[in-house]
Amino acid sequence: MNILVCVKQVPDTTEIKIDPVTNTLIRSGVPSIVNPFDAYALEIAARIKDVNPDSKIVVLSMGPEQAKAALKECLAVGGNKAYLVSDRVFGGSDTLATSYILSRAIARVEELEGKFDIIFCGKQAIDGDTAQVGPEIAEHLDYPQVTCAVEAVVEENRVRVKQEAEEGFHMIGVKMPCVITVTKPSFEPRYPSVKTKMAANRADIPTLTSADFTIDLTRVGLKGSPTKVVKSFTPPCKSCGVKIQEESDEASALQLCRMLSGAHII
Amino acid sequence: MEVKNKDLWVFIETDEEGKARNVGLELLAPGRKLAAAQGGELVGVVIGSRVDEAVKPAAARGADRIIAVDGPEFRRYTTDAYTDAFYILVEKYGPTAVLIGATCVGRDMGPRLSCRLKTGLIADCTALDIDEASGNVAWTRPAFGGNLMATILCSDHRPQIGTVRPGVFKKPEAVTGRSVEVIREDIHVSAERIRTELLEDIKEAGGALVDLEGAEIIVSGGRGLGGPEGFAPVRELADALGATVGASRAAVDAGWIPHSHQVGQTGKTVAPKVYIACGISGAIQHLAGMSGSDVIIAINKDPDAPIFSVADYGVVGNLNEVLPILTAEIKKRKA
Repeated sequence: MNILVCVKQVPDTTEIKIDPVTNTLIRSGVPSIVNPFDAYALEIAARIKDVNPDSKIVVLSMGPEQAKAALKECLAVGGNKAYLVSDRVFGGSDTLATSYILSRAIARVEELEGKFDIIFCGKQAIDGDTAQVGPEIAEHLDYPQVTCAVEAVVEENRVRVKQEAEEGFHMIGVKMPCVITVTKPSFEPRYPSVKTKMAANRADIPTLTSADFTIDLTRVGLKGSPTKVVKSFTPPCKSCGVKIQEESDEASALQLCRMLSGAHII
Repeated sequence: MEVKNKDLWVFIETDEEGKARNVGLELLAPGRKLAAAQGGELVGVVIGSRVDEAVKPAAARGADRIIAVDGPEFRRYTTDAYTDAFYILVEKYGPTAVLIGATCVGRDMGPRLSCRLKTGLIADCTALDIDEASGNVAWTRPAFGGNLMATILCSDHRPQIGTVRPGVFKKPEAVTGRSVEVIREDIHVSAERIRTELLEDIKEAGGALVDLEGAEIIVSGGRGLGGPEGFAPVRELADALGATVGASRAAVDAGWIPHSHQVGQTGKTVAPKVYIACGISGAIQHLAGMSGSDVIIAINKDPDAPIFSVADYGVVGNLNEVLPILTAEIKKRKA
């Protein structure tokens, strides 16, 4: 199997705090991590490679030079080769522009690494939370897709994917080549060993710029993006809540009941 | 795409039995306002097989017109069949904006459709307005796990499309006897076009489905429950209220309850009428998934737990004491 995993380096939102005075995000000193859903996607790819040892996993990211740190983390837990797509003209791209850039970059990486059978993406990145780039890559490439996967097993000429759905799960068969986006599975990603970590640190990660592949530059960056953020703000804090702390827990519970009943909530 | 009118479309998503899901009907409420502001009509779009089950409630709850696509290949959602059909409809009729529920289906189809139309898509919106200056739809959505809200415009591309979070808007009242034009479009998608196949439906172990997104009341438990047995009083309270049981990531990761119960960034986003958080400290990821609830009640022994900052009613106390009393009182009041 020739597998591509798309990853994004994101700020660790568990480390983001709100400044209680200004009610704004405190972003400084927030560590960067591999987007957790992308790490799950890589783990599912690595599990396919565990079963089919002649498989190859290529990892692709778009972002600034620092994103190579995230790619190295991926190389330490199953990735064989990594590429970074990086160019100032790509900055400010929305999901349509980003997915277009990635689809063009994928065509270039395929010239070097061969056609991919499966392209994995995390369901969404935890900073933007759009869940759109994976399906949009599939559309640019005209590939079938399965979103919100928690398992994927390669069969004869298709992938058997367990998909999280509104009502339980679906087992879906999808033809290759395909795009699969991954949500939180029932397992955690593997850890790197000292040996794999050292090898990853030494790895050479090529950077692809807009000069390295065929791309229509009117469709990228802030200008090439159909959607534009016109305003951003932190949501107002709910400060009018009532806190109940009576002499005993029983008294508190009864006080809560009286208040809820008074407000016709129960 | 060429805009041919000022109409606003709402995708009336159907469930596995062909009934309209709540979210499509909810979207008729903001759809009505936006259509009026743009001077167009409100159109419901139903794709399925035996679509009448979904056409009727959409007509009763305010659509001016319904466009229906009916065929056996649409009985269960597939990305390929639904995107093909929706794309053909948009190209033919040219609406100015499309609202889609931010469900599993909506978030699977939305990006395929918008990308094929080479237009923008705004994900998982929680507020919809009209931008006074341009007359465009102003889409507001949370990012950074709910820490930041962004208002987004799609000014130069048509249609403007957004997915909208379920439970944010209230369904318009049903009015019987409205006469609504139903246009039946004869669209078919060949079997070869559909590149995925549903092999099996897997329901939750134990048979009971966890419908957190559709729940009116949710009672959730977190690390403060102390162990899987700590969910017993939570379930008793939920049973007394007719509520669904939710959980924080900490409780799920500890293996106390399956992931399908998880509320928050890596779980479900919910907006029930009442959310009761028991022993949940209120990590940002959890708040992102439930802070849109109408009324939030928190019970925690730590008076400084962040959950109290979003709670309408906060009880500082021991769960094992508070929950049984609360359950008993509710049973008494209902009796």
